[in-house]
Amino acid sequence: MHELSICGAIADIATRRAGERRVESVHVRIGQLRQVVPDTLTYCWELVVADSELDGAVLDVEQVPARIECRDCGRTGEIGDVPVFACHVCNSVEVSVIAGEEFVITALDLAAV
Amino acid sequence: MSAVGRFHRHADGTAHDHAHARDGHEHVPHDLGDHSGYRTGSERVEVLERIFGENDRTAALNRADFAAVGVRSVNLMSSPGAGKTTVLRETLLRLAGSMRVGIVEGDIETSLDADRLAGLGAAIALVNTGDGFGGECHLDAPMVRSALPRLPLSDLDLVLIENVGNLVCPAEFDVGEHARAMVYAVTEGEDKPLKYPVMFRSVELVLINKIDLLPHLDFDLAAFRANLRAVNPAAATLEISARTGEGVDAWCDWLRAQVAGAPAPVIG
Ligand SMILES: Nc1nc2c(ncn2[C@@H]2O[C@H](COP(=O)(O)OP(=O)(O)OP(=O)(O)O)[C@@H](O)[C@H]2O)c(=O)[nH]1
Ligand SMILES: [Mg+2]
Ligand SMILES: [Zn+2]
Repeated sequence: MHELSICGAIADIATRRAGERRVESVHVRIGQLRQVVPDTLTYCWELVVADSELDGAVLDVEQVPARIECRDCGRTGEIGDVPVFACHVCNSVEVSVIAGEEFVITALDLAAV
Repeated sequence: MSAVGRFHRHADGTAHDHAHARDGHEHVPHDLGDHSGYRTGSERVEVLERIFGENDRTAALNRADFAAVGVRSVNLMSSPGAGKTTVLRETLLRLAGSMRVGIVEGDIETSLDADRLAGLGAAIALVNTGDGFGGECHLDAPMVRSALPRLPLSDLDLVLIENVGNLVCPAEFDVGEHARAMVYAVTEGEDKPLKYPVMFRSVELVLINKIDLLPHLDFDLAAFRANLRAVNPAAATLEISARTGEGVDAWCDWLRAQVAGAPAPVIG
């Protein structure tokens, strides 16, 4: 799976943004549609940061449920475990994904200098 | 000591998973708006960077390089063995003489697929993903970029990218393609769109391959189509057999339409 690549990318950004300061936590926001297994991600994170400047940094994963908005009736709703991209109210397939595709580093907790 | 992942759900419905570092220090729930830091002496710094920003910037460079010489590129994805290489072989046989094609062949360790496509008039650049950092399961934009100097881009009309056989990871990586297509084999079962919605949602076209096997299977094509519609109502489909050649001409027409839709070269 691609969790290793993801952790590598997160570590690169965190290292660059932290400059000289020690990173205590890295906060990421990952949507349900990004196919990331949180346990695998945290496991890979440990592997990737071991013996690096980020060793000891905590990866804090905020998962965002997938939500769709119907372009016909305007209703919004969560996509459940069965991924049906149709309006739960009027069955229209004219829906937009309004949450669940997030894939960002939101913040770093940096040690005081 | 290994990391301990914890998982809890916040009142707002978001869930958090916490990887705890070796010292096992305690985590205190907090909100992202809090800039004070949750432990004395630490400071919360807002970042807001896309995790795959670097990949996406390289993908944009690839796309620009294609566009500069009027080349269209198609990223072909599937599970292992669905038939990508066989489809490409049949495609090259049909397009020879009428379209100039380059192939980027993503393969974990070998040149087996590239060898199968040799001698059919297409320029082929092989990308072995085995030594990439965690890159064994997909092509990413830098890998495709590394292959471009080995293709005579300005002499081509179309670049077909055979991704690594995998229904999860390739969908996450923009490699600089203009369009995405999938090969799905009828031997894979009707439920695949529901199990791998991100992949099935990311493509414009699904080639339903190996239809020559339908008489021997209890595959329910209508159920597959319903599942595909549930996750990607806009996807086009073509029923093909790369074995008998049935339907492959229609796929070639789709490719011709892709190339015809290409913007004129920027530099004349
Ligand atoms: N019966 C039948 N077999 C097919 C068809 N297309 C491909 N195959 C067979 O399926 C097997 C896998 O085909 P490939 O073309 O290597 O599949 P692939 O997607 O390139 O595989 P990877 O690159 O390893 O992921 C081979 O034995 C092909 O001969 C088809 O339309 N019908
Ligand atoms: Mg292949
Ligand atoms: Zn509706």
